[in-house]
Amino acid sequence: MKKTGKTYIIKDDVVIRDTYTIVGKKEGQGPLKDKFDMVIEDDLWGEDTWEKCELKMQKIAVENLKNKNSLINENIDLLISGDLLNQITSSSFAARALELPYIGVYGACSTMTLTMGLGAMIIDGGFAENVICVTSSHFCSAERQYRLPLEMGGQRHMSAQWTVTGAAAVWLSKSGKGPKIKHVTFGKIVDLGVKDANNMGAAMAPAAYDSLNQHLQDTGIDYDLIVTGDLGTVGKGIVNKMFNEDNKSIESKYDDCGTIIFDINKQDVHAGGSGCGCSAAVFGSFLYKKLLNNEIKKLLFTATGALHSPTANLQGESIPGIAHCLGIEV
Amino acid sequence: MKYNKDNYKQVVDEFTPKNKMLKNCVMAFIFGGAICLVGEIINDSFVAWLGISDEEASPMTAVVLIGISALLTGLGWYDKLGKIGGAGTVVPITGFANSVVSPALEFKREGLILGTAANIFKLAGPVLVFGYFSSFIAGLLSMLFK
Repeated sequence: MKKTGKTYIIKDDVVIRDTYTIVGKKEGQGPLKDKFDMVIEDDLWGEDTWEKCELKMQKIAVENLKNKNSLINENIDLLISGDLLNQITSSSFAARALELPYIGVYGACSTMTLTMGLGAMIIDGGFAENVICVTSSHFCSAERQYRLPLEMGGQRHMSAQWTVTGAAAVWLSKSGKGPKIKHVTFGKIVDLGVKDANNMGAAMAPAAYDSLNQHLQDTGIDYDLIVTGDLGTVGKGIVNKMFNEDNKSIESKYDDCGTIIFDINKQDVHAGGSGCGCSAAVFGSFLYKKLLNNEIKKLLFTATGALHSPTANLQGESIPGIAHCLGIEV
Repeated sequence: MKYNKDNYKQVVDEFTPKNKMLKNCVMAFIFGGAICLVGEIINDSFVAWLGISDEEASPMTAVVLIGISALLTGLGWYDKLGKIGGAGTVVPITGFANSVVSPALEFKREGLILGTAANIFKLAGPVLVFGYFSSFIAGLLSMLFK
């Protein structure tokens, strides 16, 4: 079996051939503004609803990724995608237009590494040569599904995070040049009883710690950079504390996409960015370019998800957290 | 992991930023007071310039405030006021109007009947339910002790 502990070893090369990222206006004004492939000017992008705008981001991300690399549908074996909305609407409706064999997954904000991990295993298993992994989130469609109407006047909690409007498409291939996925650890659900939907970072942090710890223990690799998905300032602090208490500090090489994508002090996002699009857009632009430029050689990329259900929450349930790790090497 | 549901709460509290209570209270006082001041000006203007009785001017003032709040919500400004004013913009009648108009706007994309009409009281619903209920109790008490 190609497994060490709970971590899958990708024996044959699975190359991340290219990425394509699309983000919203606010993300386009953040510290990574020059790194994205496309920045849209408003939250509708010519559509009449936010949901349609989100699926358009997924669709255009895949189409532009294909065009950029002269890929045609005949060469693509599989599309794996997911998002935050009920019935993973954005993914399924984008897939309807893309006409590719499609697997839809739900992993909340952990979707980017969930889809890439599955894609890597399918390629390594010899079942596919080219897989496209996609995910997206949209501030307005997520707010309206999970929280309150946008025009409702009120104050956001200081620990609340800002859902990133963004999508990323990643092309995984059996051949070619580029950074390679070497290890995949699918995390288990960890829930330490956080019920506050305004503190997702705290809800996800134990799962992130658990998966990271598992992955580092299984592989023993000394990574140049460890990045989690969207823990924000609160969750990032907790993860650091947990590793410090184990005397295995990762602080000097650890960061979180939720704190990278926005300027926390200037952009009024409170505890940082969140959403599937957060880790996806940061990986597809900033981190992928770092790997291509050889600035980092070994990246542990861990998208984190709060498997939050507003209905279950009202019924008194807490928020289950999950995190999936990808060991990526140049 | 050394943490469980009991001892994790302390860690969460340690890292969770606290809301700025004093600042929020002051802003709520200023914004809530300002809205009431506007209401008073409208009310007195009705009485002074249009010769309307004080009794009649008061519901008319409420209608005007609701109208202004609905307009500001539609223009996308009320949520910006609410962000700064907090409870000061939520508690007055303008906040109630905002809580009716904001879902009405948001759900219009799902159609007039199953979108707007079905969801218009999504936020204001509890206020109405308990408002009606407490009026009923008050009415009952006043009938009994008259």
